[in-house]
Amino acid sequence: MSNVWLHRYSVILAICTLFLVVAGGLVTSNDAGLSVPDWPLSYGKLMPVMEGGIFYEHGHRMVATTVGFLTIILAVWLWRVENRGWMRRLGVGTLAAVIAQGLLGGMTVIYMLPKPVSISHACLAQLFFSTTVCIALFTSASWLCGPHVAADSGTPALRALVIAAPLCVFIQLALGASARHKFLGVLPHIAGAAVATGVVLWVTLSVLMRHAGHDVLRKSAVALLSITFLQVFLGIAAYMSRIATIDAPQPMPLMVGFTVAHVATGALTLAASVVLAIQVRRNVA
Amino acid sequence: MRKTLIAVGVASVLALAGCGGGSEPAKTEAPAQKPAAAASAPADDANAATVTGKVAFTGEKPSPKTLSMEATPACARAHSTPAKSEEVIVNGNGTLSNTLVWVKAGLPAKEWPTPSTAVKLDQKGCVYSPHVIAVMANQNIEVTNSDPTNHNIHPLPKTNREWNESQPPNGEAKMKQFPREEIMIPVKCNVHPWMRSYVSVVGHPFFAVTGDDGSFSIKGLPPGDYTIEAVHEKYGAKEMKVTVGAKESKAVDFSFAG
Repeated sequence: MSNVWLHRYSVILAICTLFLVVAGGLVTSNDAGLSVPDWPLSYGKLMPVMEGGIFYEHGHRMVATTVGFLTIILAVWLWRVENRGWMRRLGVGTLAAVIAQGLLGGMTVIYMLPKPVSISHACLAQLFFSTTVCIALFTSASWLCGPHVAADSGTPALRALVIAAPLCVFIQLALGASARHKFLGVLPHIAGAAVATGVVLWVTLSVLMRHAGHDVLRKSAVALLSITFLQVFLGIAAYMSRIATIDAPQPMPLMVGFTVAHVATGALTLAASVVLAIQVRRNVA
Repeated sequence: MRKTLIAVGVASVLALAGCGGGSEPAKTEAPAQKPAAAASAPADDANAATVTGKVAFTGEKPSPKTLSMEATPACARAHSTPAKSEEVIVNGNGTLSNTLVWVKAGLPAKEWPTPSTAVKLDQKGCVYSPHVIAVMANQNIEVTNSDPTNHNIHPLPKTNREWNESQPPNGEAKMKQFPREEIMIPVKCNVHPWMRSYVSVVGHPFFAVTGDDGSFSIKGLPPGDYTIEAVHEKYGAKEMKVTVGAKESKAVDFSFAG
């Protein structure tokens, strides 16, 4: 039976998590990651003077703390009311993920942005957001109504093909994080964009051509396709704005805006690809 | 690992505190600019030679970029007109400021005494002053904050140890050293991302930083064949060879194109 408040709460958590991704992106783009040299307190306080880079770094910590508390409540709520054992375990796993994410964030400060830790922090943020979106999906009334199974007649089998989209998108996000934290250059990320976009096109068009009449599948595929197009545009804009402001003495708002939008839309792309994969595997025989 | 670092840090602080009462505080050198800042020269060589010169700039003089300090009102208030980037400062006589000139090769292998004076690096008006400094390995750098706002000092060395420390308004001066030779270590403040300075750490005392007349003077050199290098944060490095005899003074001029 649907628990409408649990679902609404899950949606709120997902929205807060997307906002957290934006806040994290602002920290990196404004080069403010080490503007607060201590952790978990900021300048030894719960609330430092919010100026310059401190606004972004401590603001990110405040949003992260809020998301952490919201996740604790969600995990407890799921544990108490959910009949599905795997959902209770997913709640616990989500809580573990947000704790790990907080510790990774602390390590980036204490060890002064070691690249593997910073990249892991960025990647786990994307995975965590997708997980919150999945919980919102799994608690929705439409999910609890059960699947509308359709037969798949095409080749390759859609149930196998659809897995490629989130895999490629996640690898692409990791390449983006690696470029952002200067572990790799931007070329692997640009090459990855072509591959990931191609795979998303292949998957979504396959779904649309084979199951255009299936409401859930069509909407999921159109959502992924639309977000991916937006993401490609934002990627080009972020790159061009970075080139245009490369000699600037400080991060410029144009570059920061496009880059953070690109990061946030990346999170949406991964979540949309995960949702499509889940829906296809649930609704396609 | 973290506990070990904390223990070492606490021990260092206690050791410094313990020493504080019995020894004189490190002396501070005037800001190493205007005109040229030279390292202290060894005085034990009667045959010491000198290399002098200037760093010229050719081409179109770049217009300095404006720094946007609105994110921290205290920084913006410190300037009656918007502050400009000090990345490239071309002097009125067509020379280049903030260029490190140092003896890159040719010196005899020996231990050079480290000056007891500290070189000052201030944060004033939310810019580092001077923009470029040079010190000997293990020489003290006295970092001060003259601003009514927090700063964090964050050098990004490649061979020395990286550190990142905050400094509150009018907080105590910090004495820092770099043990290994490393040229043009970027220093930034993550609170104010426009703030940038460069610290060069040299293993001997034969270096200078050009000031507002673009000249330099390296004194006290033993006679010999040397490679002199000029390094600028934007225009990179250039080398020249020079041979100096006893008590000889030679001019070496560099030129960077915009």
